[in-house]
Amino acid sequence: MTQHDLSGPATAAPGPPDPAPPPPGPALHTAAGDKELLSARLVPLRHPGQWASAAALSVLFAMLVNTIVTNRRFQWDVVGDYFVRGSIMHGLELTLWLTAAVMASGYLLGIGVAAMRLSHNPVLRGLAFGFVWLLRSVPPLVQLLFWYELASLYPRLSVGVPFGPEFAHFKTAHLFSGILAAYVGLTLDVAAFSSEIVRGGLLAVDPGQREAARALGMGDGRIFRRIVLPQAMPAIVPASGNLLIGMLKATSIVSVIAVQDLLYSTQLIYTQNFLIMPLLMVATIWYIILTTLLSVGQFYVERYYARGSGRDSRAGRPPARGLWQIARGNLPLFGRTRTDLAGLS
Amino acid sequence: MSAGKSGQRPLVRVRGLRKSYGGTLVLDGIDLDVREGEVTVLLGPSGSGKSTLLRCVNHLEKPDGGFVEIDGEIVGYRQDGARLRELRPRLVTRQRAHVGMVFQQFNLFPHMTVLENITDAPVAVRGLPRKQAVAHARELLARVGLDGREDSYPRQMSGGQQQRVAIARALAMEPRLLLFDEPTSALDPELVGEVLNVMQDLATSGMTMIVVTHEIGFARKVADTVVFLDGGRIVETGPPADVLTAPRHERARAFLTAVL
Ligand SMILES: Nc1ncnc2c1ncn2[C@@H]1O[C@H](COP(=O)(O)OP(=O)(O)OP(=O)(O)O)[C@@H](O)[C@H]1O
Ligand SMILES: [Mg+2]
Repeated sequence: MTQHDLSGPATAAPGPPDPAPPPPGPALHTAAGDKELLSARLVPLRHPGQWASAAALSVLFAMLVNTIVTNRRFQWDVVGDYFVRGSIMHGLELTLWLTAAVMASGYLLGIGVAAMRLSHNPVLRGLAFGFVWLLRSVPPLVQLLFWYELASLYPRLSVGVPFGPEFAHFKTAHLFSGILAAYVGLTLDVAAFSSEIVRGGLLAVDPGQREAARALGMGDGRIFRRIVLPQAMPAIVPASGNLLIGMLKATSIVSVIAVQDLLYSTQLIYTQNFLIMPLLMVATIWYIILTTLLSVGQFYVERYYARGSGRDSRAGRPPARGLWQIARGNLPLFGRTRTDLAGLS
Repeated sequence: MSAGKSGQRPLVRVRGLRKSYGGTLVLDGIDLDVREGEVTVLLGPSGSGKSTLLRCVNHLEKPDGGFVEIDGEIVGYRQDGARLRELRPRLVTRQRAHVGMVFQQFNLFPHMTVLENITDAPVAVRGLPRKQAVAHARELLARVGLDGREDSYPRQMSGGQQQRVAIARALAMEPRLLLFDEPTSALDPELVGEVLNVMQDLATSGMTMIVVTHEIGFARKVADTVVFLDGGRIVETGPPADVLTAPRHERARAFLTAVL
């Protein structure tokens, strides 16, 4: 509730400048003190608790920054030395393109699986369900090792009719190099999770949209690309951003099969010189930089797909928001957590 | 409009149309003719099958029996001796392009501007050059009283404006037949009139229309034929002057008393 500051100066009154002539009809009841109420200044409720906790958190945060910067054992000079080393750069490159490849093929597969789960064909639906069920159940690390060690399970692969003649066969020993095992395993993992994200997004689109498009004589392919998918995107993008950032870091499990990604490159160095902390900092800072870039990208993608979603904005574009607004939208202070971004999806 | 064309083959012929959902018969042998340039209003209580009938006409719903014929062509099927074989989606799509539909919930595409809503299908489906489609869209917007709104998004418009855009979108395909499923039922009372006016103009210009509505005033003024449905059957049909003022069927009488 808003308190009325009755002692406030009457000159700041926001009330009507002129008393309007009484409207026709039954006379309104007048109570003593109405005049003061009308000329009172509105004082919003203060939130001292929020300010206090914000202050306390700021102090803690300052202490954290202080110790990170001043603790000599972080060895920031070493971090600087290794930050753009050749082998680190190569690892970074591998992390980047492995993530990109895994996400791209995982999503292609995932969209297909989502389409299968939404189809009228019970066999396709069942297969898709089984795929998602199985791949979501198996830890990615196990999958990775499984594909890597596939040769031990099937020393020979052949192409032919099941239980019938075979046309060609080859040895699997070299079929799955570490990098290929990583690519296949993580792709299947992304496919399983992304298919659920995509399916959820597609289900969120009003069926009337599809109907209207059909009534206009559009074909199924066009309806999907032009009508359904763009409207599913606001629901798909945030979850996909999460998956992408998660996958960027999850690619670091390839170190177990000796693929030299960003993290494994730093590990190779610190097993030699024992500068563990500074080298982990190198990897961490790179992950932070990449995640930041991806978050910014996600923001712009979300803004793109939010077009037409606001009533008040000029020419349908959501009001332009800069990076400051992203940052503020993500600050969990003053109860404003993500309020700015919430309106977008 | 004119009653003297009875010898001509009607634009729409519905014969013996049956449809059931999970055992319940929703359409139970519908026979209906709609002549070119005429307005047919479907009336009936909720659940009587009006929407289902309308959706069968452009094959959004597959009938279980009987057929719909538009301009001499069976909708959704191809006659093959004693059989009606279902058409490939591509051919059904082509048939639908000649039948426009306006929905209760407008169903405009919210991620597209008004202009994109109207021009998308003509360009993609009819292969109209973009420039021509845009020019046509502007004409249609003027016709429904919305010139200058091409760059708005649907959510920035009132319900009545959105429904008029939806009508313009349907008209952009230059349909031979327009279907309306309760086009004013989702509107605030003061916005109903602007949509009905546009529909009346269309009727006057000779558009063939099948309209599901509870607006009896519109039926009385604009309809050539009023069809009363109950329980999936047509229980009464005729010119509005007869059906609306002196309904013979008891259900129709009860319904009209309730609506008026
Ligand atoms: N997809 C569906 N699945 C199952 N039943 C349905 C389906 N569509 C319609 N029905 C049923 O068919 C009957 C007729 O529905 P329809 O929508 O045609 O009625 P209506 O006359 O348009 O009613 P209203 O005035 O409420 O719109 C109803 O009993 C409805 O429950
Ligand atoms: Mg209905």
